[in-house]
Amino acid sequence: MKLLTLNFLTCAVKSCKSTSASFPLHPKDCELVSDTLKSDPKLLFNILPRLDWSALSTTASELGFPGLPPSAPTKEELEANEKLFHDLHTLLLETHISEGSLVCANCGHSYKIKEGIANFLLPNHLV
Amino acid sequence: MSTIDVVEVQPPALWEAKRTKQRTVVWQEFGLLGIFTDQKPKIKQDGICSQQLLSTTEKSGVMDSVGVPGPEEYEEQHVHEVYEQIASHFSSTRYKPWPIVESFLQSLVPGAIGLDVGCGNGKYLTVNREVFIVGSDRSTNLVKIASQHQPHAAIVADTLSLPHQAGRFDFAISIAVVHHLSTPERRKEAVQEILRCLNAEGKALLYVWALEQKTSRRGWDEGHEQDVMVPWVMKTGKKNPNEDGSMEKTFQRYYHLYRSGELEADIAAVGGKLIDSGYEKDNWWAIFQR
Ligand SMILES: [Zn+2]
Repeated sequence: MKLLTLNFLTCAVKSCKSTSASFPLHPKDCELVSDTLKSDPKLLFNILPRLDWSALSTTASELGFPGLPPSAPTKEELEANEKLFHDLHTLLLETHISEGSLVCANCGHSYKIKEGIANFLLPNHLV
Repeated sequence: MSTIDVVEVQPPALWEAKRTKQRTVVWQEFGLLGIFTDQKPKIKQDGICSQQLLSTTEKSGVMDSVGVPGPEEYEEQHVHEVYEQIASHFSSTRYKPWPIVESFLQSLVPGAIGLDVGCGNGKYLTVNREVFIVGSDRSTNLVKIASQHQPHAAIVADTLSLPHQAGRFDFAISIAVVHHLSTPERRKEAVQEILRCLNAEGKALLYVWALEQKTSRRGWDEGHEQDVMVPWVMKTGKKNPNEDGSMEKTFQRYYHLYRSGELEADIAAVGGKLIDSGYEKDNWWAIFQR
C-alpha cells in the first residue's frame, strides 16, 4: 500500500470515523518497499493542497523518514526545489508498505497488510 | 453452446419476507453470460421465464427453512465468494469502460482524489492517470490485480464500511456494484457511505443494472421480478475438468435490477442532490453530490 493512500484512510469502524484519534492510522511492524514510478508534476502539484499535511508528517516520522517541512510546500516552492519534489514523489507514490499492520488509536483495531494489500474488512463484532 | 440454469428469487425483497421459505423459479435458457450467442432467452408472454418451480433447498441450497441467512451471509455466498473464484477469468473479460464512466473520469482535474467502490480488477483505474483513486473491493484476488494500475491504489474493504475519510474526496464512482446488495436498506446505505466521503464539491457516479432491458440477451423488462440470480459460466480448462468430464463451471450471482427512477429515489432518500441521470446500454446511471 502506497503511503499516499494512508493520508485518505481512517478506521472502518463506524464509531471511530468521527473521532480525531482514528486518523491517521499508525503503521506497526511494517516492511517498506520502493517501486520506481515515473514522476508526474501535474499530479503531484495538484495532490499537495489536498493532503492532510500534519497526518502525513505523523506517518513519515513513524516510519522513520527524515522530517518533512512544517507545512505543505506551494507549487512554486516545489518547482524551485528539485530535491524536495523528488523526495515527496518517492515518499508518497513510490514507497509502499508490503507487510505489517495499521492500528487505530481510538479502538485499537489492527488492519493487516499482506503482499502490499491492506485489508479493512471488519470482524463481525465491529461491524 | 450450453444449457444454463437461471434461478430467480421471488418478491417481495428477500429479507423483509420474514425469512420464510422462499420459492425459486428455475428455468433454462441458452447463451447467457460467459458463452455468448445471439439467441434470446425463452420468454413466456407474461415476461416471466418460469418453466418449473423448485424449492431453493432442492435446487441450489441458497436458503433453507431453518437456517435462513441474513443479507450479509447471503451476499457473502452469492456475490463475494463468486467474484473471488472467478477473479482471473472475470478480469480477462472486463476491459472496455462504459462511455459515461469514461467521460466522467476524463472530466476531472489533475490531482483530484477519488474512490472507486467495488473497483473489481481496476478496469476504471486505467482511464485517467492524472488523478489518484483509492479503489476498494471485497475480493482480495481482484484487489491484487487492481493495485497494479499506477498511480492508483486499491484496498480490500466492505462497501458499507469504507475506511475512506469523510469529506476528503473530489469524486467517487461505483460501477455495477450497488445492485449486488440484497435489501433496499443496504442499497441506500451504500449511497450514503459514498456521500459521506465526498467533499462539498465532490461528485459521485453510480451505475446499476436496469430492469428495463428487453433488447438485451437476458430480455428482462418492466414488470419482471427485480431480484434475480444470474449465472456466470467459467471454462475450467482441460487441466481441471469437472468430475463428469465437462469443462465449464457455473456460478450464480445475486442482482437487484433497478427500475426506472429507483436509483434517483435512493439517492434522494439519503440526502444526495441529483446532478444528472440516464440510461446507457441496459444500465441506469446517476451523478450526484452532497
Ligand atoms: Zn477504530
